This record gives sequence, structure tokens and C-alpha cells, in this order.
Amino acid sequence: MIAIPLSSQLINLFAAVLLLLAFAMLAQRRVVSLIDLFAAQGLVLALSTAVVAWSTNQPHLYESAGLTLLLKVIVLPWLLYRLVKKLDVRWEFEGLINIPTTMLIGIVLVVFSFNLALPISQLASTVTRSTLGIAMASVMLSFLMMITRRKAIPQVIGFLAMENGLFFAATSATYGMPMVVELGIALDVLVGMLILGVFFFQIREQFDSLDLKHLETLKEEPGE
Amino acid sequence: MPTSPLALIGIAATAWLAIGAAGLIRPRSLRAVRTLFPLGAVVAVAIAVIACVALALPPESTVLSLGLPDLPFHLRVDPLSAFFLVLLGSASAAISLFSAGYFRSGSGTAPGLICFQYHAFVAAMALVLIADDAYVFMVAWETMALASYFLVTTDHRIPQIRRAGFLYLLIAHVGAIAILLCFGVLQGGHGDYTFAAMRAIALPGWWGSAAFFLALMGFGAKAGLLPLHIWLPEAHPAAPSPVSALMSGVMLKTAIYGLLRVTFDLLGAQLWWWGAIALALGLLSALFGVIFAAAQTDMKRLLAYSSIENIGILVAALGLAILFKTNAKPLLAAIALAALLYHALNHAMFKSLLFLATGSVLHATKERSLGKLGGLIHRMPWVAWLALAGTLASAGLPPLNGFVSEWLLLQAFLFTPTLPQSFINMLVPLAAAALVLAVALAGYVMVKFYGVIFLGRPREPSLAYAHDAGRFERAGLVALAAACVLLGIFPATVLGAIDHVTAQLVGSAASGGDTSWLLLAPLGAERSSYSPLIVLGAIVGAVLITIQLVHRMWHGRVRRAPAWDCGFPLQTPRMQDTAEGFGQPIRQVFEPFFRIERHLPSPFDAKPRYSMNASDHWWQWLYLPIARAAEAVARLFGLIQRGRISVYLTYSFVTLLALLLFVL
Repeated sequence: MIAIPLSSQLINLFAAVLLLLAFAMLAQRRVVSLIDLFAAQGLVLALSTAVVAWSTNQPHLYESAGLTLLLKVIVLPWLLYRLVKKLDVRWEFEGLINIPTTMLIGIVLVVFSFNLALPISQLASTVTRSTLGIAMASVMLSFLMMITRRKAIPQVIGFLAMENGLFFAATSATYGMPMVVELGIALDVLVGMLILGVFFFQIREQFDSLDLKHLETLKEEPGE
Repeated sequence: MPTSPLALIGIAATAWLAIGAAGLIRPRSLRAVRTLFPLGAVVAVAIAVIACVALALPPESTVLSLGLPDLPFHLRVDPLSAFFLVLLGSASAAISLFSAGYFRSGSGTAPGLICFQYHAFVAAMALVLIADDAYVFMVAWETMALASYFLVTTDHRIPQIRRAGFLYLLIAHVGAIAILLCFGVLQGGHGDYTFAAMRAIALPGWWGSAAFFLALMGFGAKAGLLPLHIWLPEAHPAAPSPVSALMSGVMLKTAIYGLLRVTFDLLGAQLWWWGAIALALGLLSALFGVIFAAAQTDMKRLLAYSSIENIGILVAALGLAILFKTNAKPLLAAIALAALLYHALNHAMFKSLLFLATGSVLHATKERSLGKLGGLIHRMPWVAWLALAGTLASAGLPPLNGFVSEWLLLQAFLFTPTLPQSFINMLVPLAAAALVLAVALAGYVMVKFYGVIFLGRPREPSLAYAHDAGRFERAGLVALAAACVLLGIFPATVLGAIDHVTAQLVGSAASGGDTSWLLLAPLGAERSSYSPLIVLGAIVGAVLITIQLVHRMWHGRVRRAPAWDCGFPLQTPRMQDTAEGFGQPIRQVFEPFFRIERHLPSPFDAKPRYSMNASDHWWQWLYLPIARAAEAVARLFGLIQRGRISVYLTYSFVTLLALLLFVL
């Protein structure tokens, strides 16, 4: 049996936890718990990035890890909590598709991503290449979450989680993106979040609800 | 100082652009426009003269380092383009002179802006004619289309005119796409879009046919060939008269030029059945055009349909030339081709003349409807007598120019029984009959056009204040009328010039046989010949002798008295034959061609008005189904707009999955 170095084992563990968290988010109905899960995902991401930095001796990845920790574990969850408290939306009841079905679709997506990632990870030369499939799977799962949720805040969390998945994919495939790109994306996410927060208030003021079905009136009239 | 014709033509075209740009300096000033248009006419004359010289010279080409990087402009003057440059120069010289007096300030486009659009239009046409690669050709072609679109919509405050302009732009673009595809086929996969490279390639199998039919469609859309003719009767009434004249007289000919260039120059070998199809399509357009012209009640629509007829004749001649060339009869092909070129030149002259005359009438009376004109020969003698020359030429009467080209074409038709294929030998007599029918009906249409506008008594009291054309307008009309007469009287000289073109395209001269400056006999004097000077002499002699005889036998004094009233003392101008009445027999005979909407007045109406609108079936049969299909498809796409964000997200998700599957 070939001994796998500790760093690789750690990275694989974090990847597995990341995937597990993505599934948990897919199944979670309560908004506050969703934010907790999102923060946990950010923490795992930061830890795994730090491990990659330590094992491959890439100092700039420490900075990425620090940035992730700051932004995705502290700032964004805090903003979301505040938003939920102000808007007073603690519960989300039903998704568009029931949860077991969603989970089944999620499993299909994971299989699909692993299949896709196989040829790519053979091309990559990084120690983390085996986790590429998981990164792609978590992108897909977050996307699925955006599709199946009916309320605005879970959709935004899905969007942010998708960005987590992308970041993980970048780390695992090429040891992270250049610092400039990473900073840019971090800023985009932050500003996007702030703007969406403003939008939520506006939507809520207009319709007394954050249910997106109020925004569905713009469509082609049948049989004109 | 460059002396090569190509360089001089390039300079002249640039001068046109400069004149146009000068019009922009003070766009509202009429005085500036009155000096700029005659300058443009001078440039046009220069182009005609230079091109006349270039006709006899060997082809000359050059490469200009203009345009996109690695995509320089290739320019070339050969006899074919020189001939069409002569046409462009001579027709636009007269039209420019006329325009100097025609455009006024009004609610439409400012005169200086019109001046710019006009000169951009003529310069683009010159560039189309000297282009030697597909890139320059398309740039010039589209510039021409855009400039003419803006000229058509000069009175853009009127919704119908904007609609007509849009229709024109739409068909122009459909045509341009076909031409672009045609060049794509012609380059044969080598990626070299110069005409020289296209000439060198022999296209395999069906690709040649594809190129020919794409060209026929693309250039046919510009020329007004069936079934892409619908823009012509809409755009011509909408456009100012000099613009109509330029479009009908010259721009339609650039389409014919493109068709000739692709068929005989770029495509090395032709197939006989292309000729048969072009012949059929041309004759169909000719008949359709002339029958509709007979039913029109708007003078400019009438001329527009008459243009469709003439384009039909040109395309029929092209088809005939292809038939002869593919059956190894170069002399007959040359005669058919010479007839085509001659008729193109003639049509440029007489149709421009007629359009300009309608412009003068329109200015004098503010009226386009034939039902409200009449008797203008007394009020506008200059315009009336000059228009008579154009009318006779258009009707194809000797000794004017229209007769010569139609006679030549009939000569070519009458010698087709020598072809080896029996199918064509059966087809061609029918085609000849159709051509003769079209030409005869054209005479009928012209009698209607002239008779209703200029003869009889004025149908409206306001016509009494009609004034004759101004100095510039008269000069333009005189130049065109003189061209009609000269082209009719000296056909041998013109054919001598056309020989250079036919020699280039089909390898034979048309003015063989016993042709001399006096006698036109391309196939030998014993078979058929035409001597315009003798015909002219006979006509003038007969007229003079008749006048003399009448004066001798009668008392020789001119006496003005009321016309004999057949016992009906109450006669009003409304009792005259109207445009509708004149066209009625044709409408009856060719009823299946039309969709007729009549408005019959009630018997108790004190001032009854009868109106009739004859529209064509193509709208119902071709264009409306296409429009409906487009709308149905658009509605299908509307179905995917569900208004739900999760559905939209699913679209992008599925797209992402599909792309990932596809790429990996």
C-alpha cells in the first residue's frame, strides 16, 4: 500500500467535508442554519487552502486563505445574519422540488462532475488534483440550490456558495488564481452582497415579502 | 499628373465625395447646392469621357493600400466596367444638372445633406464598377444601398415614405447577403477574395450553378427582378424625382453589371440551363412589369413598373446570351449581349428623362396622381416636348434609341432556330412572342403616360397655374433627350464601342456583317438591316410633306375654335378618358395577374369619385406568409420566457452542463 502524505489526506478530508456541507445546504430549510453552513464551508475552504499552501510552499496561498477566512467566515455571514434579523425572515418552508428528489438530482450531478473531472485531473500535476471533481460537484450543487429555492436570501447564499466551489476548483487545479484576480473576485462578492441587501429591502417594501413569485409577471403573454 | 484612366476615374470619384462633403459645410444654403450640383455634373462628364477612352484600352488594375490591414483595395478598369462608367457618367451628368434646380428647402432633409448623400451615392456606384475584389465591391455596394436609402427617405416625416424606405433597405440587405454568399462560393475555398483569383478558379460541379443563382438572386433583388421587385413601386414614388431617375436609370444597371461580371467574367464556364432560367425569369418580369404599369394611376409607380419591365428585358437578353455562348455561337451571343448593353444605356437615358419630367410636373402641380393631371403641354411646353422624346424611346419607336436595342434583341431571338437543342428551339419562339407582347404593351403604357399627363384638357382648375421647368431642369432634360435621339441615330458608332465589351465577355464583336456608320446589319445586309438615318429622313420628309399638303389644299390659316362636341354642348374635363379607363382593357384581359380593390361611388353622390387599386399577388403569395412564419417563430421563442428566475437559472445550468459535456 502506498503511503499517502498527511497533507494530501488532510486535503481530501476537507474536500469531503466541503461536499458534505454542500449537500447539507441543499437539504437545509432554515435560513439561519443555511448561513451557519455557509460559514462552515468558508472555514473548511480557508483551512484547506492553508494546508495546500503549507504542503506546496506557496506563500501567496496563505494570503488567499486569510482573505477567505475574513470574508467568507466573518464578514459575509455577519452581513447575512443582520439582514435576516432586520427583514425578519427566519423560515423558509418549501423549495420548488421536495428535498429527497433534490438530493437524488444532487447525487447524479456529483457522478457527472467526477466523470468530467477525471480527464482533467490526469492532466493536472498538482497534489490536489483528485479533489477537482469535488470542487466541480460543489459548484453544481450550489447552482442546483439556486434553482430550487423560492426565496431571495437562499438564492444569494447559493450564489456565494458557488463562488466557494469555484475558488476550491482554482486551488485544486492550479494552486489558486493570481492575487489580483482573487482580490477582484473577493471585492465583487462583497459589493454584490451589499447591493443585493439593498435590493432585498426594496423588494420587501414593494411586495411585503421576499417571495420571488411577485417578480414573475414579466413574461410573454400567450395567444396574442 | 497621372494619365491612366483608372487613376483619373479614382480622382473623379474622390472629387464627387469632396463635392458632397462641401455640401455639408452650410447644409441649409440653397445657393451652395446650386453651385455644387453643376460641379458634380462636370465631374460626371469627365468620368464619361475618360471611360469612353478606357473602353478601347486593355484592362488596367492597381492595388491601393486603403482599407483594413492586409486587405488592400484592388481596383480595375476593363471594357465592361468602362462601358457602365460611361452610362453612369452620362446619365448622372444630366441628372445632376437637373438636381441643381430641383431641390428646395422643405420639411425633409436639408439640401446640403441631400447633396452629400447624392454624391456619396454616385461615387459609391463608380467604386462598385471599378472594384476588383469582393471586399471593395461589398463596401461600395452597401455604401450605395445606404446612401440611396437616405435619399429615398428625404421626406422622412411622412410615415408611408419611411415604410417604403424600410422595405427597400430590407430587400437590399437580402440581396447583399446573397451576393456575399455568391462571392463566398466563387472563391472556391482558397480564401482569396480578389476577382483575379476567382477568375483563375474553375468551380467544380454544382458550385458554379450555386454561384450563378446566388448572383441572380442578389443582383436581381437590386434590379427589381421577380419576385424581389416589390420595393421598386414603393420606393420610386417615395423618392425625390432625381433620386428616382438615378436609381432607376443607373443603380439598377449596376446590378446588371454585377450579374454580367459574375456570369461571364468570374465564372469561367456557363451552363445552358442557366440561360433558359434567366430567359424565363426575365420575360416573366417584363410581362408582369408592363401589365402592372398599364394599370397604375400614379405616374411614378407607372414608371417604376416600367423599369421592372425593362430590367426583365435585360435579364432575358442575358439568358439568351448564355444560351448562345454555351451552344458555341459567339456571334449571336455577342448580338444578344450588345442588345443588352445597348438597352441598358438606352433605359438609363429615357427612364431618367421620364422620371425627371415627372419631377418637373410634380413641382409645377404638386400632383402625382394621373387622375388630376392633363393638358400640361400648353402650360409646360419644354417639359412636354422633351418628355415626348423619352416616351417615344421608351415605347420603342424608330428612329429613337429604344427601337435599336429592341430590334437587335429580336434579331438575336429570330436566329435561335439554329441551336442544336430541340427543347430550346421550341421554347424560344414562345419567348420571342412574350418579348414582343411586352414591348407592344410598353407602347400602350407610354401612350397612357403621355396622353393623360400632357394631352387633353386639365382635369383640375389648379393646373392653370402650372409653370414650366427652370433653367437647370431644362438643361438636364435637353441633355437626356438629345442622348435619346443621338443613340437612336448613330447605332453603328455605339455598337462599335460595345464591341470591346462583347469581345471581352464572349469573344466576338457584334457589329460584324455589313455594318457601316449608316447601316446596321450585324448578320449581313441580305438578312436584315436597319438604317436609322434613312428612317429619320423618311419620317421628317413625310411629316413636312403632309404639313405642306394640308396647308396647300386647305386655306393655310390657323384658326382656333371649340372642338366639335358631337352634339353634347356640355363638356367638362372630367368626361375625358382617365388613367383608369385607359388601363381598363388590360385589367380585363390580364385579370388573374391582379388583386383589384375597387371603390365604387354611391349613385346619390353629388361629386362621385371612382378609385381602383391594383396590387400584386406576390404580397399574398410570398411576402405575407414569410412575415407570418417569422412572427410564429418569434412567438415560439416567446414561450421560453417564463418570467421565473428558477427557470432562467435552469436554462443556464443546462447550457453549462451541455457545454461541459460537449467540450470534455
